[in-house]
Amino acid sequence: MNMINAVNIHKQFNQLEVLKGISLSVDKGEVIAIIGPSGSGKSTFLRCLNRLETINKGTIEIEGDTLVTDSGDGTIKYVAEPEARKICRRMGMVFQQFNLFPHLTVLENIIEAPITVQGCKREDIVPRAEELLAKVGLSDKRDVYPSRLSGGQKQRVAIARALAMNPDIMLFDEPTSALDPELTGEVLKAMRKLAEEHMTMIVVTHEMGFAREVANRVIFMDNGEIVEQGLPEDVFGSPAQPRTREFLQRVVY
Amino acid sequence: MDYVIGILPPLLEGTVVTLQMFFATIVLSLPLGLLLALARISRFQALSSAVGVYIWLFRGTPLMLQLLFIYFGLPFLPYIGIRLDDYPAALLAFVLNYAAYFAEIFRAGIQSIDRGQYEGAKVLGMTYVQTMRRIVLPQVIKRVLPPVSNETITLVKDTSLIYVLAMNDLLRTTRAIVQRDFTTMPFIVAAVFYLIMTLVLTWGFQKLEKKYAVYDE
Repeated sequence: MNMINAVNIHKQFNQLEVLKGISLSVDKGEVIAIIGPSGSGKSTFLRCLNRLETINKGTIEIEGDTLVTDSGDGTIKYVAEPEARKICRRMGMVFQQFNLFPHLTVLENIIEAPITVQGCKREDIVPRAEELLAKVGLSDKRDVYPSRLSGGQKQRVAIARALAMNPDIMLFDEPTSALDPELTGEVLKAMRKLAEEHMTMIVVTHEMGFAREVANRVIFMDNGEIVEQGLPEDVFGSPAQPRTREFLQRVVY
Repeated sequence: MDYVIGILPPLLEGTVVTLQMFFATIVLSLPLGLLLALARISRFQALSSAVGVYIWLFRGTPLMLQLLFIYFGLPFLPYIGIRLDDYPAALLAFVLNYAAYFAEIFRAGIQSIDRGQYEGAKVLGMTYVQTMRRIVLPQVIKRVLPPVSNETITLVKDTSLIYVLAMNDLLRTTRAIVQRDFTTMPFIVAAVFYLIMTLVLTWGFQKLEKKYAVYDE
């Protein structure tokens, strides 16, 4: 069974066609890096997987459960909202802008959803949250508010917060793009750790070094399409498509 | 000094009327304002527009006119015409009027919360209600405290409008004494009473703002 099976995804914003029929299936434990120029649709595609954006055409299944289907007559049908919520909860997401809750402390940020959504007891989830904080190296920040943290620390809290829901898949939407260069390392380290634990991950990124070293598969997107995909050594070492080659020559890494 | 002590009992009685009207209005209009704000930003166009018209009506006409209409005009309306006593009529006018202002304050507060907060909550599996209750509204409270504080202080003074319904609040009682004794001293005492009430409110809101200052955005 595939963790994610997305077929022929189309997405339009008004007249602008952002995704022109993207298909992707993801196996358990795979780490996929999606690279490509700005505006190529890679973030939009990621956001379609957990219905932050609704698609115009195509089908998405998460761990065998249908999130949205093509009804054949050109329209699509999402499953009912409670069911969609349950399905999408299996995917944790980390955003470029962190989206931590500023009125909650670091610990409260992590335990909020397990308590309100999963109905966990506070005394059961706090030790787990502390474990996650230790894992991302922020045990000493347990009781501070997000505004007191650096960007890299914020992003590590965001990772811990997503993991507290015990997701089967983690989606990363340019997790280091809003960070000062010297802070990206600590976030990438936390992500690398996750990959070593065989978490299924899709990472939209501009960090070519990370894509090359950590990903099992690299996907190059341009202009709303998947241009090329394969093993990192192939995509980076000997890209088959001229557009891929051109892009890789332009980015410095 | 003896004179001032002598007029204190009736002025305190008037203050009780003022405070009753004030607290009843606050307790009812804040939650109503929040509900109206949520309706105003609702996806249901008809609901949103209806609330828009409501807010326009109650912010667009004088509070005094609303008071007079509800007390004197409402009984003559066909079908829905009811006669209200002075206290319920005044309370209804104040609640409807202040709820309209609070609705706009809350609406602006809710809409000032970054979209990323909704997305962060959504990907954690929260429903709309959970997102509002646990994530958005707690942050809105911090942002709307200054304007709400402003409106609340205005309300203390607006309660004096109920004199048109011949209700004996602090100001009407004061005027009666002034006309009886031919001295302006009661006005000064009444001013001090109002100043004390607004001072207590100012302190209260400062305390609240301090409480919410534990986090920055």
